[in-house]
Amino acid sequence: MSPRRPGGRWASLAQTTLPVITLALATTTLYGALFYAPREKVMGDVQRIFYFHAPAGLVCFLAFFVTFVASIGYLATRRPGWDIAGRASTEAGLLLTTIVLVTGPLWARPVWGTYWTWEARLTTTLVLWLIYMGYLLVRRYTEDPDQQARFAAVVGIIGFIDVPIVYMSVHWWRGHHPQVLAVSGGGGLDPTMRQVFLMGIFTYLALYASLMALRIPLGRAEAELRWLRLKLGERPARRAASGLRASG
Amino acid sequence: MTVRSPAALDLATPGTGSAVERRRRLSGPVREARKALLVWQKDVRVEWRSLDSLPAMFFFALLVLVIFNFGFDLSSARFSDFGPGVLWVAFAFSGVLAFGNSFALERDADCIQGLRLAPVDPGSLYLGKLLANCTSMLIVEAAVLPLCAVMFDYDLAASIGPMSVVLLVHTVGFGAVGTLFGGMTARTRRGDVLLPILLFSISVPFMLSAVRLTGAALAGEPISEAPAAAWLVMAGVFDLVFIAAAYLTFEYILEE
Amino acid sequence: MAGGEGGGSGSSPLSIVASGLTRRYGPIQALDRIDLRLAKADFLTVLGPNGAGKTTLLKLFACLLRPTSGSLQIFGLDPAAAPDAVKRRVGMIGHASLLYAGLTARDNLLFYGRLYDVDRPAARAQELLVQVGLSPRADDLVRTFSSGMTQRLAIARALIHDPDLLLLDEPYAGLDREACRILSGILRQERERGRTLVMVTHRTEEALEVSTRFAVLARGRLTCQAQAEGASREALERLYRDGAGEALS
Repeated sequence: MSPRRPGGRWASLAQTTLPVITLALATTTLYGALFYAPREKVMGDVQRIFYFHAPAGLVCFLAFFVTFVASIGYLATRRPGWDIAGRASTEAGLLLTTIVLVTGPLWARPVWGTYWTWEARLTTTLVLWLIYMGYLLVRRYTEDPDQQARFAAVVGIIGFIDVPIVYMSVHWWRGHHPQVLAVSGGGGLDPTMRQVFLMGIFTYLALYASLMALRIPLGRAEAELRWLRLKLGERPARRAASGLRASG
Repeated sequence: MTVRSPAALDLATPGTGSAVERRRRLSGPVREARKALLVWQKDVRVEWRSLDSLPAMFFFALLVLVIFNFGFDLSSARFSDFGPGVLWVAFAFSGVLAFGNSFALERDADCIQGLRLAPVDPGSLYLGKLLANCTSMLIVEAAVLPLCAVMFDYDLAASIGPMSVVLLVHTVGFGAVGTLFGGMTARTRRGDVLLPILLFSISVPFMLSAVRLTGAALAGEPISEAPAAAWLVMAGVFDLVFIAAAYLTFEYILEE
Repeated sequence: MAGGEGGGSGSSPLSIVASGLTRRYGPIQALDRIDLRLAKADFLTVLGPNGAGKTTLLKLFACLLRPTSGSLQIFGLDPAAAPDAVKRRVGMIGHASLLYAGLTARDNLLFYGRLYDVDRPAARAQELLVQVGLSPRADDLVRTFSSGMTQRLAIARALIHDPDLLLLDEPYAGLDREACRILSGILRQERERGRTLVMVTHRTEEALEVSTRFAVLARGRLTCQAQAEGASREALERLYRDGAGEALS
């Protein structure tokens, strides 16, 4: 039985509409971040990066949670769809994590004079990035596709279990929450700031959904290609089973 | 900890055997524990006879210490600042050797298939390997620490109690993850490179905790009080969490 | 050779019942709807070209692999549902020796004996060491053994828990004449004790000596089966040619 054909009506719909939605939301967030939100009192305009930095951090946790669920799903059912979803989510999550790791230093430099500080949130994100790169590396270095899926699933599970542990230990290590913002995430935000922050979250959610909508059918196509390659690699003319019984 | 046979985890398979089989499985935990100890004993015996792994681990750890000394000039006054970090880097790298060797042993003559043929839970095999790896690491740590005391001129005896606790708790945690990934990377390409990548990124919490607590122990801070005690409890909990997770997922590593 | 498939005498209980047994890797059928019934004390030799799926078949019987579809019963048990119970009654000798080179012969047997919950493992180990002729070297490291001695110890390892079903994957490979003789003797003895044996081999002389049934596996399909009573080498070659479409090497 060959894998289900990639695409289908819903997938195509998602592939066209989600990126458009993402673009719309991104534009709105951009406007909100640059013009609508007030100027932050301590850091000034540089603080506006926050609207691109923090939401990415939140949505990447979601991505890795999806990988966790997909990993369990695969190990329990062995349906390739779970594996494809897990891989897609990890790749999307890594992209978002990279955004956090790039916007963080861009923000830190004007504010603290240095590109990188080992402050808790950035360090945690870096460790997460390394863990999930490990997920992709395991896939790359495992030949057998079934083994690849299983090993990746195990890394996806162990990695996600580690996420809160890393978060806790890095924060304890750092002793206290440094002044990332004059107003820290969500709690004491000015209402307009909160609105833009929410827009940022929706934008990244839409981005994540777009990436999934594009990557999953691609994954199915890859699986189908692999299937066909294996099939063609079989010996050609299959002789009909003779079913003869020996006599004499 | 309940013992779960592979059949119980495969949701697609109907039924779990007759009532007789189930009853036998229930009394299984003791039997499975014995088998884990068997695997441990076998690994220890092989290592004892061949001394393949331990000398390499020991010398590697020593080498790391020496190199760091040239890099940082670890004088005794500042040893409790840099020492813990250096020590744990040394232990971590020699641990990687242990995990790699542990499964290389099973690759020879395809012994891993012998283990898979036997009526043993994969989880028990994992626990046996974990015990063996922890044993190797603890032996190396016990050998390296006194040498460290001599090389960097600090009084080990004063902190031996807390140090032992810290070493034990963190070696088990590191070993829990290392044994799982060691088994995995034994079957991938470039497993020798993959293992440290996977292991060190996941083990960041253990390293942080280990260094913090080792520093506390060396500086004479009582580890039974906050804040050190909090770290110790956290490390202990993480040990259990990772052992449980690895125990449950090891069968997926072993599968063909 | 008498034609026809089916287990031995009608009333004896069956050790293996495979029905529509299939094992797939993606689009590749390693085993395609295998139907097989083996009675106790049957000795089935499976012949076939390389890549026909013979090792896969043995691995399915040994509970190392799960079938993709179809049913398999070993001694009335379902390997997927009760793997440990089945594994206790199955022994396998594969291409690799499955022995720890860093342990002595006796230690290897003791380890596996205890792993299989054998009663009085030390006595059993000694008994087997004598049976395969390795008693004088029992306390030497396996690392120091010749390949023939290693194979003999591998046989002892496979028998340590007195399995009712013995699976053999090219067991004669690399054995000298003496070791072949010992092996055939052991296999005949096991069959006489009522054990079921399934062997994959290219060595037709030895197979003719010990087997009760033959089957040909080609491209995942079991194409021919036959009883081995009074079989000659020519008849076997004919069977193979019919089943595999090529000459027996």
